[in-house]
Amino acid sequence: MRLKFLLPVLTFAAIFGVMWYALFNLDPTEIPSELVAKPVPEFDLAAVPNYGPGLATTDLKTGKIVLLNVFASWCVACLAEHPLFMELKEQNVVEIYGLNYKDTPDAAAKWLVRNGNPYVRTGMDQKGRVGIDLGVYGVPETFVIAPDGTILDKIIGPVTRDIYEQRLKPLLTGKTS
Amino acid sequence: MIHALRICLIASFVCLGGVGIANAVFIEERLEDPAEEQRARDISDEVRCLVCQNQSILDSNADLARDLRAIVRERITAGDSDDQIREFLVVRYGDWVLLDPPFKLRTALLWLGPLIIFLIGLALVVLFVRRRSVSQARETVSPLSDEEAADLEVLFGAEDKGTK
Repeated sequence: MRLKFLLPVLTFAAIFGVMWYALFNLDPTEIPSELVAKPVPEFDLAAVPNYGPGLATTDLKTGKIVLLNVFASWCVACLAEHPLFMELKEQNVVEIYGLNYKDTPDAAAKWLVRNGNPYVRTGMDQKGRVGIDLGVYGVPETFVIAPDGTILDKIIGPVTRDIYEQRLKPLLTGKTS
Repeated sequence: MIHALRICLIASFVCLGGVGIANAVFIEERLEDPAEEQRARDISDEVRCLVCQNQSILDSNADLARDLRAIVRERITAGDSDDQIREFLVVRYGDWVLLDPPFKLRTALLWLGPLIIFLIGLALVVLFVRRRSVSQARETVSPLSDEEAADLEVLFGAEDKGTK
């Protein structure tokens, strides 16, 4: 009871702790995907010129875990994650499918020439409607898709090496082996 | 005094009105039926722009907000009800897309949290006030005992004599 004067201090410390945690560990811009554990919505898109035969929902039911990367030539953050995808392709770790979001065919094709093409297939979502069906609200976003075509996880923003190691690798190695 | 109050009131009304006017509304297309157009705006006003977060899609000029506004109008033309349109968005973006989230088990804390905190505060205030009044009651003056009165009489008496 004699330590009662500490009560305000402890209350302050508790609030401070919660706020400190929320400030540095929670990202308010990251909205968890509503589509996790749901099948990929229906779509059928034409390919970026010279980059494959197009991309449809059925192409993503591959019997193995694949990635669906939403990218655009106007997206600066996409450049940050692109080398990692190129590396994954070279090492044959996982198949990556590219959803070109709100782009022009010309710009998308040039962007792939300049930066390399890590995608097995590409599809152009010029109006962004497939993006909305997928709950995309910013580029880049990367979906992890299960063998049966359901969505396992979504990574918002560029995939860094840390994110790959912590979130993607466990999914890829845990279920494919 | 009353004059000053009146000026304050007028000033605050002007300010509030200004806020209303300053709220930009982005409209690319208008539905033919004014009632449907009003519905489109009412719904859009309650849908969160996911890029700018604390703006509705009605007053955001973000790309995605424009697309979502177009979808709202499209669904209305297709004959969807207001709830169906909201459902369409919630399926894709979650409850978070609604600026007025529904009351569910998952959002119970959001809705009841402030009430719970208020009740805790109220309980603490009641506890504090009651404890204080109890301790004040204990401090009430008890009348002097006979001995004390006699002692006091002696002391006062001595003092009186001393001054004379």
